[in-house]
Amino acid sequence: MTDQTTPSTPPTNDGLVRRILDSDLFYDFSRRPIIILSAILTLVIILAAALAPWIAPHTPFDPSTLNLMDGFTPPMQPNAFTGNLYWMGTDSQGRDIFSAILYGARISLLVGFAAVAFAAILGITLGLIAGYKGGWVDTLIMRIADVQLSFPAILVALLIFGITKSLIPSEMQEQAAIYVLILSIGLSDWVQYARTVRSSTLAEKNKEYVQAARLFGVSSIRILARHILPNVMGPVLVIGTIGLALAIILESTLSFLGVGVPATQPSLGTLIRVGNEFLFSGEWWITLFPGITLLILALSVNLLGDWLRDALNPRLR
Amino acid sequence: MTDALLSVRDLVVEFPKRKTRLTALDQVSFDIRPGEILGMVGESGAGKSLTGAAIIGLLEPPGHIASGEIWLGDQRIDQLPYEQLRRLRGKRIAMIFQDPLTSLNPILTIADQLVETIQTHLPLNDKAARARAIQLLDEVGIPAAEKRIDDYPHQFSGGMRQRVVIALALAGEPELIIADEPTTALDVSVQAQIIDVLKRMCHEHGTAVMLVTHDMGVIAEACDRVAVMYAGRIAEIGDVRQIVKHPQHPYTQGLMGSIPSITQQVDRLVQIPGSMPRLDAIPSGCAFNPRCNQRLPRCTQDRPDLITTDQGHVACWLYEGATP
Amino acid sequence: MSLSVRQEYPDMKQPLLQVQNLSCHFDVSKPWLNRVIESEPQRFLTAVDQVSFSVNQGETFALVGESGSGKSTIAKLIVDLIHPSSGEIRFDGKILRETRGEAFKTLRRRIQMIFQDPFASLNPRWRVGDIIAEPIHAFGLATSQAQVTRTVEELLDKVGLAGRDRHKYPHEFSGGQRQRIAIARALSAQPDFLVCDEPTSALDVSVQAQILNLMRDLQDEFGLTYLFISHDLSVVKHMADRIGVLYLGSMVEDAPSEQLFSQPAHPYTRMLLDAIPDHEMSGRRRKPVTGEIPSPINPPSGCTFHPRCEYADTLCKEQRPAVVTHNDSQVACWAVEQARIPVKGLQSV
Repeated sequence: MTDQTTPSTPPTNDGLVRRILDSDLFYDFSRRPIIILSAILTLVIILAAALAPWIAPHTPFDPSTLNLMDGFTPPMQPNAFTGNLYWMGTDSQGRDIFSAILYGARISLLVGFAAVAFAAILGITLGLIAGYKGGWVDTLIMRIADVQLSFPAILVALLIFGITKSLIPSEMQEQAAIYVLILSIGLSDWVQYARTVRSSTLAEKNKEYVQAARLFGVSSIRILARHILPNVMGPVLVIGTIGLALAIILESTLSFLGVGVPATQPSLGTLIRVGNEFLFSGEWWITLFPGITLLILALSVNLLGDWLRDALNPRLR
Repeated sequence: MTDALLSVRDLVVEFPKRKTRLTALDQVSFDIRPGEILGMVGESGAGKSLTGAAIIGLLEPPGHIASGEIWLGDQRIDQLPYEQLRRLRGKRIAMIFQDPLTSLNPILTIADQLVETIQTHLPLNDKAARARAIQLLDEVGIPAAEKRIDDYPHQFSGGMRQRVVIALALAGEPELIIADEPTTALDVSVQAQIIDVLKRMCHEHGTAVMLVTHDMGVIAEACDRVAVMYAGRIAEIGDVRQIVKHPQHPYTQGLMGSIPSITQQVDRLVQIPGSMPRLDAIPSGCAFNPRCNQRLPRCTQDRPDLITTDQGHVACWLYEGATP
Repeated sequence: MSLSVRQEYPDMKQPLLQVQNLSCHFDVSKPWLNRVIESEPQRFLTAVDQVSFSVNQGETFALVGESGSGKSTIAKLIVDLIHPSSGEIRFDGKILRETRGEAFKTLRRRIQMIFQDPFASLNPRWRVGDIIAEPIHAFGLATSQAQVTRTVEELLDKVGLAGRDRHKYPHEFSGGQRQRIAIARALSAQPDFLVCDEPTSALDVSVQAQILNLMRDLQDEFGLTYLFISHDLSVVKHMADRIGVLYLGSMVEDAPSEQLFSQPAHPYTRMLLDAIPDHEMSGRRRKPVTGEIPSPINPPSGCTFHPRCEYADTLCKEQRPAVVTHNDSQVACWAVEQARIPVKGLQSV
């Protein structure tokens, strides 16, 4: 009675790497040069940011290492007074722009990842509950989401940022700034996750494997966590990737507006803002290089997210 | 081949994959004579729907006809440019799908859709086309056709919709209709009615039909001849009574035996072990050999072509040397 | 945990499952605000209407019907996935909804279900071994992980798969094999009663035969009782000891299988028998079938079958027929009750 004739697929435990290299996703990836480039650029920026303390030629925010004489050195030209050479030049304080970018990307990425993680956890939880429970719980959560969605994300983030900051004593604001930023970006972005997860949950909860689990008396929480959650994570991965690009841009925007991270711990956005003041006096490099880095980072991550969305969508294949 | 309306010769359909090409249809040959109903029966994945799609030029890319010929009368249609093929559809070949809802435009009335189809293919003015439409609806058994013609598809029940689809298919007076599982989505008590309508209409209009289905009951009710498909090949083709009463291919024998009978009580159903191989793992030799209970040594190596016996054509080595 | 034949319930007299006047209505009205604006009343769909039947230990009771007949709703009511509007379901003399605690858990374990679509009934992210072990863990039927593994492998073997298949994922199996896995999962709860909701309608015929044969073997081996739900009368004839015919949520006829096929009483049953295609070309005599099933939201008055019935008169249009017992069968039809239709071998009591 054994179905011997059906081709037995190779055993599943022959190494994760083999399986990834053999997957359709990887095959699709390997045939798209732009996506490969995006992935490499993203990876390089993330690695460089993570390893900033070790690979940066200078520590730009340690005042003791700065030499004011190095100020306004143009890129790839030796400084007129000190003779020091900087790839991307220096700012008014004599900080190395390249090092500042490495440290800045570190902050930007940290805020981006943390905000996405926060938004995803919040959104997934609320989406699962709304979709599975239905009724007034669903209505309440989704109406809040609708209201929030009718405001631009930047406005929501600014609002939350403002409120949270006013609740924190002024002496702690400096250290808390980064957490407040993560909170406000995360809170402004959970709706996407909640909506997607809710609609997937609605579809999954009526599938027969969930009904079967209910027959065994499995609790709702366990059904959500063990059965439904793994099956709704696909789209979340896509939103998360695109969301990372959005979060980085939102952080930069807030920092550019001067409400984000303090100037003592500048992110890419802060660097652009600071450099912006010197743009018209001819020191273009101070704002241009951080700007290009932000552009490449956001664009690469976005392209990756778009590709992932298309590649994981069975209807477009 | 001379008197055949549709003639398919050595049709091969392939789907290129990353590393390999999957052969979804392999050397499929058959004829349909004018006015004849040919059944295409097989289990899911056997390639029966794909054959229909290949004939009408609706293969989903990357699937394509790799070799073989399809002739409609004396016109070869497998290499026609898109525009000519499009004109052929509806006019000379029409199609009936499983789900009547997807074949009808939900925002147009039945009259709009029927009149448009009639006028595309026949030189009739509005009034004459409408009269023809009402006549067609009447023929397929829609009560009060003059009134119902101005209704929208959603105002019809499932069975009535499928009748409308049949009327729509016949509107261009085609020579051939390809009906892909036309009764599968319907209730049992409606299925029988739709088979009747299809059969009656095609006999009255002299339209040939290729009826694709997995349901042996539908085949026995409607068809003149049957082709049994397995893993992209025709296993057996012949007269319907012959195949139902005296199946030759071990697969057909198993298939017939596995259907629970209404007239006799058996303790256990005949079962074919295993299931149909996937396209990427079709065994060498006869594709059915691992499941076959009458396997010969050569079945695992050589692939049998259709052998003519006195009861039809069967692709099985058991009949090698049988006198035609 | 032993997989031997269970003989806990030797009393064959009392039915294992008794369903009494079961009804289930669904609210199909538009949302409250829309109703107020469009001044529409609330609308209800009667999916199941006053259905009664009972199933004896060890037998197979089949429910047949077309779309809208309420057969799948009855399945879900019996396994307590949805709750009835009225009526009661007694399993082994106890009402599931009224039991609590350990007794509830035991009852729940004893009634399991096999679903229609083997592609939706197995969680695609779980390994087969975990899927089959889920009821074992949920009902606490094993004391050690080794015992769980042993049981899972035994069950896989019982349903015709290999023990090592427990490491694979559902997508590596064909439809028929998945249905075998679903059956193994249901069996791992050690049930007495299996509700099978169209277990083979998503499968090809040759695979259907495998599954039907397997279900019979398992019934013999474990002494299972089946509630078998299907739209396919030939499958039902093969499997069932007793058959209930449903039309628009009501039971129109309930008879022993052989009697139903040889002496159908209700006009709808006769129509269904006439609609079965003659795949053997036996030349069986049949009457052409007419009409379609009306919408269950707004069913016809009186006997819901009257618009399609050639025997219908004014009484049928106005009053719902009561269930009348003849010999071993129950029929809800005025024409049969008043002997307006001849029924072979049927005498009014």
